[in-house]
Amino acid sequence: MRSKVVLGRLLRNRQARYGGIALLLLIALAYIGPYLGAYDWTDKDFLAFLSPPDADHWWGTTSIGQDMYAVTLRGMQKSIVIGLLVALFATGLAALVGAFAGYFGGWVDKLLMWGVDLLLVLPSFLIIAIISPRLRGASWLWFVVLLAAFAWMITSRVVRSMTLSLREREYVQAALYMGIPRWKIILRHIVPNLSSLLIIDATLNVSGAVIGEAALSFFGFGIQPPDVSLGTLIAEGARNATGYPWLFAFPAGLLVLLVLAINLIGDGLRDALDPGSNS
Amino acid sequence: MGKFLLRRLATNLILVALAASLAYMLAATTMNPRGAYEGRQPPVAEEVIDATLDAYNLNDKTPVFERYLTWAGGVVTGDFGKTWNGGSVNEEMGRRIMVSLRLLLIGTLLGFALGVAVGAYSAVRQYRFSDRAIGVSSFVVMAVPVFLLATLLAIATYNLNRGLGFTLIEYTGEYNPRLSGWDQFLNRLNHLILPTISLTLGSIAFYSRIQRNMMLDVLNQDFVRTAMAKGLRRRTALFKHALRTALIPSATYFAFAFGTMLTGAIFTEKIFSWHGMGAWLVDAINQNDVNSVAAVSLFTAVCVLFAAFLSDLLVASLDPRVRVS
Repeated sequence: MRSKVVLGRLLRNRQARYGGIALLLLIALAYIGPYLGAYDWTDKDFLAFLSPPDADHWWGTTSIGQDMYAVTLRGMQKSIVIGLLVALFATGLAALVGAFAGYFGGWVDKLLMWGVDLLLVLPSFLIIAIISPRLRGASWLWFVVLLAAFAWMITSRVVRSMTLSLREREYVQAALYMGIPRWKIILRHIVPNLSSLLIIDATLNVSGAVIGEAALSFFGFGIQPPDVSLGTLIAEGARNATGYPWLFAFPAGLLVLLVLAINLIGDGLRDALDPGSNS
Repeated sequence: MGKFLLRRLATNLILVALAASLAYMLAATTMNPRGAYEGRQPPVAEEVIDATLDAYNLNDKTPVFERYLTWAGGVVTGDFGKTWNGGSVNEEMGRRIMVSLRLLLIGTLLGFALGVAVGAYSAVRQYRFSDRAIGVSSFVVMAVPVFLLATLLAIATYNLNRGLGFTLIEYTGEYNPRLSGWDQFLNRLNHLILPTISLTLGSIAFYSRIQRNMMLDVLNQDFVRTAMAKGLRRRTALFKHALRTALIPSATYFAFAFGTMLTGAIFTEKIFSWHGMGAWLVDAINQNDVNSVAAVSLFTAVCVLFAAFLSDLLVASLDPRVRVS
């Protein structure tokens, strides 16, 4: 019932509607677009190095003859997947750690929150920068884990403080006296009651992760070649952006559109899920 | 209060020590400063390399724990060790902190002040055209990552300068060392234009969103109505009563941003070639400079904890409810 109300509010929200349509179009472009182009992202056209956009190569070619259209869409696929996975991991971890710390209290709480503080103080940029170039050859999923590991701490603090008040509610107490194990109470009664916060947080985490991946890749600390992402493409394009603008403009434009669409949805979701909130 | 502060100081010290030690261990075990000496032409004898690396406490033949103890002993007495080529980390750090300060102080303050002003204005003009225009542009600005914005600014300026035929706006470095006196001061300001724009635009967008929401919340509250009912002009009521209360959340963020300012501008510093703290981290990682990496990490940890403390203080000074409890 509530989900229907929320969906109705979301569809009535103009921002969220535009954001949703834009995101759907972008995802369609990333996953269906490659089938429409004439070249695969691994193909190299040795007759066209650095050619500007034309009928054959829609978005031009790179200095080694790769078709920009195919490569950019491949990079966007990777960016989207990384964004979604990081958001899923980070928000899930934040919910679990925060809810456990808040519900159990005592030394569990102290230990977990101390870990949160430590991770906040650790130089995340440094750690990712040192580890990720050494993942060359390993699966890019490790990079997702690295990004997610440093993205959940602040949300888990919020979750913890909300759990502290949820713990005292009657239905949670009732569940406890019915003999339901505590971990089940957390998963069944506490976490679902935080869902609006978590959904909003996950949405904003997606755009945060997309930007974070691009930023790290900009310095070569992110996705490693031969794999591509929007970040690595922007980094390469930026070097020759004045002479060969198509190398820079397409990935950069798509990155901005992607982040903008996700942020619009996140903002609309916040209005729909939590009409009273103002943050 | 004193006891609380002391306990907090103690936990913070432990956190800093842990963070710095972990960073040192990670850097010392994964980085290879020897590589910079081994590849030289003409080749350097291994004993010479060993002696040099020993002198800098960077020799990977020494057990890592022994190196760590030497390093930690130095840090406790205020000596951060040597860079990969024998320079003093302390001197380098001092110089770079000043560079970052000159680059970031104006941008950070300006971003906050303008952001709050824009957000408050937007709230007062809710649903008018200007409010909508501000809202849409701040959304677009927030979707442009800072490294993209900085690159775009640099490209635009390059083309502008080429079109004009002379350098109107500088887009790389901190100043021209050949100038002196008044000319050099103007030159420094010119070099500041682009990095400052790239730093402030994002924070203006960010603060204006928060400030607008908070301001809207406060505008409908009783105490603002009471202030106007007792005969204050709308302007005075808005400034003295509404804005002050609505400042609390953005002030918290600002305190945090101000505390972590010095190491926060990695991209801006790298793209516009300012040799500050943020750029140092990237350079040190690329040069396998273990002691510098550890020093930057320690400095960052101290900054983060200082920032958290600063934001608590600021909230307490703005919010009477916090002070009373």
